Amino acid sequence: MSDVILSARHLFKTYTQRSGRLGLGSTKIHALDDVSVDLKTGSTLAVVGESGSGKSTLARCLLQLQPLDQGEVLFQGVDLAKLTAAELRQQRRDMQMVFQDPFASLNPRMRIGEIVAEGLLIHGLGNADEREHKVIKMLKRVGLTEADMKKYPHQFSGGQRQRIGIARALVLEPKLVVCDEPVSALDVSIQAQILLLLKELQQEMNLSYLFISHDLRVVRHIADEVAVMHRGKLIEHDTVEALYAAPKQEYTKNLLNAIPGRKGLSVQTA
Amino acid sequence: MTELLRIEGLTIVPAAMPERMLVKDVSLTLQPGRTTCVVGESGSGKSLTALAVMQLLSKQLKQISGRVLFQGQDLTTLNHEQMRDIRGKRIGMIFQEPMTSLNPVLTVGYQIGESLTVHLGLKGKALKARVASLLEQVGIPATRADSYPDELSGGQRQRVMIAMSIACEPAMLIADEPTTALDVTVQAQILKLLDELKTRMNMGMLFITHDFGVVADIADDVVVMFRGEIVESGPVAQVLNQPQHPYTKALLACVPDADGKKALQPIDYAWIDGDGVPA
Ligand SMILES: Nc1ncnc2c1ncn2[C@@H]1O[C@H](COP(=O)(O)OP(=O)(O)OP(=O)(O)O)[C@@H](O)[C@H]1O
Ligand SMILES: Nc1ncnc2c1ncn2[C@@H]1O[C@H](COP(=O)(O)OP(=O)(O)OP(=O)(O)O)[C@@H](O)[C@H]1O
Ligand SMILES: [Mg+2]
Ligand SMILES: [Mg+2]
Repeated sequence: MSDVILSARHLFKTYTQRSGRLGLGSTKIHALDDVSVDLKTGSTLAVVGESGSGKSTLARCLLQLQPLDQGEVLFQGVDLAKLTAAELRQQRRDMQMVFQDPFASLNPRMRIGEIVAEGLLIHGLGNADEREHKVIKMLKRVGLTEADMKKYPHQFSGGQRQRIGIARALVLEPKLVVCDEPVSALDVSIQAQILLLLKELQQEMNLSYLFISHDLRVVRHIADEVAVMHRGKLIEHDTVEALYAAPKQEYTKNLLNAIPGRKGLSVQTA
Repeated sequence: MTELLRIEGLTIVPAAMPERMLVKDVSLTLQPGRTTCVVGESGSGKSLTALAVMQLLSKQLKQISGRVLFQGQDLTTLNHEQMRDIRGKRIGMIFQEPMTSLNPVLTVGYQIGESLTVHLGLKGKALKARVASLLEQVGIPATRADSYPDELSGGQRQRVMIAMSIACEPAMLIADEPTTALDVTVQAQILKLLDELKTRMNMGMLFITHDFGVVADIADDVVVMFRGEIVESGPVAQVLNQPQHPYTKALLACVPDADGKKALQPIDYAWIDGDGVPA
């Protein structure tokens, strides 16, 4: 199946939560409960759902950043769990992730130029000049500047850090990017700029995105298909038009109805 | 003296580069029982302003002018100990990045309970019950009190921060993008919880957000920041319905619609810098 870049089959993941003073008690949290999903090549699949429903767990498991209890993940037809460490590293260049917590994912002792160039270096792409050129170009596309290369993560605002995470993933020109709440900290103008950039790169390179977001307005603009997660299960999956026009599940309807300020932004004067 | 907060002429620079103003002559006031939303460009100085109120600016930054009056008292003149008494007890703060402000080696229940013990002397069963109730108010099962921060989802961590910030029912809450990791249903629950505190305790809120839907729902007043300065402020209806400054107009024009009909369009800064007339 060449038109599907990523295919997940019957994924299960359970966390065991110790509890009680001595850690004797324990509860099980079913973060992924039989999740199957396909991502079409060159398209964007948004994953939405309640906080704690398993979206980030799904993202990490798809990229083999976390072991599954059960199930298989095929990337371009290859079962990722069956690869050797070296083979998996090869594939990693093509599968990038933008993490939910930007600050925690940036090494505080590295300069931004180094952080964004690191992947290029690891995968031996280009010489030093070419790498620097690529890094500068990507920083500019996410609304940062060449001068920012010399700064450290703590010198940036929340939204600037989030854009550093995006630049780091996109500079490698991967085939698949898993984005976990990539624009949640951005003002609406930068948000539009980043979403347009993602779309542009998608057209240029036939990129595929798995796009986790709680912002249903953003999802409406970026996604081709939407999958809804609820308590570890994937409860609804449809094209964005169909899902917004006629949501089937009660939970999905609630989500769509709860978009803040949906009545429009105008506020009644008291 | 009914005023809760008055910031006057706040200016912040990097210690190593004092000519670069990150926050420039910012002034604002907040009344008890009111909510002021701070919106604006990424990097415009919103978080630094909030951190300056809490006297938590990093050593590399310097406040070179300005006063921060909280209930009439200038916080910039207080020593560490006096400030510690106010922080967490009379002013609560929700930081923009939960992971950097939660301690990874302590359970979240312990961290929520800490300020209750320090400020209110709660211990034992009473403490445990209060922590459980706070967790449930933010939609997390009380059994998760024994979890460590990295065992929680992004939105759960954010809600732990919210529970910590309101534990002592502060007179003022500073919330820096507190709901960015929350889906709309949980977000609605949290906004309702904060609104209750506002009504019941007459709590005042300084609420930083980029989400104009949230602004429309909760703000009494709005402050717009752009390149370190406040460029516009006023009652929410006025700022959203009749924005005056070109930046505010441009920003509002970028708000994505829920139907996906309007094309995405970032701000063209050339006309803000130029004659202030949209191209
Ligand atoms: N330690 C520092 N040294 C130098 N510059 C800094 C430092 N911390 C922040 N800055 C700069 O100060 C400016 C204001 O930062 P601030 O965090 O207040 O922005 P913000 O309005 O909260 O933005 P965002 O919406 O992206 O969170 C940014 O341009 C940032 O790069
Ligand atoms: N290491 C862990 N140990 C125990 N429980 C965990 C661990 N990691 C995640 N969980 C739990 O698994 C569930 C799913 O978490 P996940 O991070 O995948 O949610 P999410 O959908 O990304 O939520 P959010 O929108 O809040 O980021 C949550 O209840 C979370 O508390
Ligand atoms: Mg998550
Ligand atoms: Mg900020």
